[in-house]
Amino acid sequence: MLELRNVRRTVGGADHIRNVSLTLERGTLNVLLGPTLAGKTTLMRLMAGLDEPTSGTIHFDGKDVTGVPVQRRNVAMVYQQFINYPSLTVYENIASPLRVLGRDAVTIDRDVRRAADLMRLTPYLDRTPLNLSGGQQQRTALARAMVKNASLVLLDEPLANLDYKLREELREELPKIFAESGAIFVYATTEPQEALLLGGNTAVLSEGRMVQFGPTVETFRRPVSLTSARTFADPPLNTLSVEKRDGQIRHGDAVSFPVPAHLQHLADGTYTIGVQPHHLMTRATAQDNVSIHARAVITEITGSESFVHFTFADTDWIMLTPGVLELDPDDPVEVLFEPSNLMVFDAEGRAVEYEFHTAA
Amino acid sequence: MSTDTQSTQAYPVDALVRAHSAHKQSRSWSFRWLVPTLYVLFLIIPIYWLVNLSFKTTNEILSGLSLWPAEPTLRNYMVIFTDPSWYETYFNSMIYVVMNTVICIAVALPAAYAFSRYRFLGDKHLFFWLLTNRMAPPAVFILPFFQLYSAFGLIDTHIAVAIAHCLFNVPLAIWILEGFMSGVPKEIDETAYIDGYSFPRFFGKIFMPLIASGVGVTAFFCFMFSWVELLIARTLTTTDAKPIAAAMTRTSSATGFDYGVLAAAGVLTIIPGALVIWFVRNHIAKGFALGRV
Repeated sequence: MLELRNVRRTVGGADHIRNVSLTLERGTLNVLLGPTLAGKTTLMRLMAGLDEPTSGTIHFDGKDVTGVPVQRRNVAMVYQQFINYPSLTVYENIASPLRVLGRDAVTIDRDVRRAADLMRLTPYLDRTPLNLSGGQQQRTALARAMVKNASLVLLDEPLANLDYKLREELREELPKIFAESGAIFVYATTEPQEALLLGGNTAVLSEGRMVQFGPTVETFRRPVSLTSARTFADPPLNTLSVEKRDGQIRHGDAVSFPVPAHLQHLADGTYTIGVQPHHLMTRATAQDNVSIHARAVITEITGSESFVHFTFADTDWIMLTPGVLELDPDDPVEVLFEPSNLMVFDAEGRAVEYEFHTAA
Repeated sequence: MSTDTQSTQAYPVDALVRAHSAHKQSRSWSFRWLVPTLYVLFLIIPIYWLVNLSFKTTNEILSGLSLWPAEPTLRNYMVIFTDPSWYETYFNSMIYVVMNTVICIAVALPAAYAFSRYRFLGDKHLFFWLLTNRMAPPAVFILPFFQLYSAFGLIDTHIAVAIAHCLFNVPLAIWILEGFMSGVPKEIDETAYIDGYSFPRFFGKIFMPLIASGVGVTAFFCFMFSWVELLIARTLTTTDAKPIAAAMTRTSSATGFDYGVLAAAGVLTIIPGALVIWFVRNHIAKGFALGRV
């Protein structure tokens, strides 16, 4: 079990990590999700022992490992860049941690070939990494991390620089490969979809703070704050400042609808509502659907889905709808959503009570 | 039938086009060889002339210009190979130049690593001001060197010249090596530590092969500076550590001016530099492409 207790990391007076407390169990897959500069890499470096926290402590299996050099921890890490030893062959790259550990030649050969086989690197064992494609280089780095059989495996956006197909394949394979070892598996990503595909637990990071941690689907469906909801939304979360008064929720004259049953308990006041782009639609599904009359700005068609950017009351929203929806700029469009899909946040950005009816 | 006609008609046109382009090509070729040839001649002539002189007798040298020796002789080389006052100076130069190169690399490697990997107070200023020693001509340092080395009894020793040359070579070596080291991602260091490497093992096994070209380039520059430097080497030595460059300033002997021997000494002086360039040529080519040189 890896435990971070009130960990803070300051560099040149700036807080990179602010009082993060986090417990990761053995045999679990944990995703660190956040935009660039959220502190994912810094947190991973602290977990690995590459950096020391300015304050707070790090415990592994109950033992305080704060300040223990990385060489004396059983850690493996893969970076976003393809980091290998350029002067060594792929075979020697994979064998490297085993040689340092002093394993015998037979064990090294067996483990290297097994890892190379899993990562489909067997034909390239005699080449040097610079003579491989990007995907092969990253698989070499992953094989090296795998062969070490570490208790803590840290993968810092390992698939970010790979082509789509390979990324899909490895994303599926990686959790399986590392799950067998019973290690704590930490995976950093900026993409909410990647977090959802990986599953496990997700820690949402923003500006060096951990804003939420829990099972990935739960974290996605029930964000505890506006920051968490915004971080865990791709395309971006649609938000709108509204007033709750006299049993109505209003945004000027543009949006007005009765307060849904599950939000009746809310006191009158100003709130921010959030609607995920995939919860918006162009056809009504029920009587109580909330309707917004907007104008299209631009439509992006990917083939299977359409992203419709639209505007109303000086607010820009985005709708993700299945199939092809062709709209010209300035075309009128009626956008609807079910009130049950509303996320509601108070003035401080904290989520208020709500229920989801539709699947995420 | 029509196809045949077309092909027979097309042929002369093709032939004409080919002939025209060949003519154009031959005209452009006539200019292509000229500039490089002139350039090579420009570079080669002084060296050829030195070699030419080294195979002539002094009388022939003084009697006028000739493109090759009328009576080729190895006497000049024999003088150098048999006279200790000549050949010992070669060994002296070799000794302090190698000492200097080794010291410079050994000192510059950790310093350059620190500059490339760590941030500390005033690091950028210090890095820039390292070069101040190279901003002054070597002659400026003769007096302080002479007095200090005299006080420590180091005058006329190889180590004296080697250390004196370090003043100029170490900053340059740090600059060159820092450029190469900064080209190696820091994540490679970290990956090695994560794999369990200790710092010395990582430095020797992983890092050094990555900066081998840089070490080659640095060694080349240190070697060449120390090999050709005359002023300090001559001031700090008298007999025991006297370098070849100083010996070559002896233009006259009891029998008069011995230009042939001087030319032979000059030819032999070029050889070590040429050998160094030959052995590190690949590293230098790679080095100039990758490093901050």
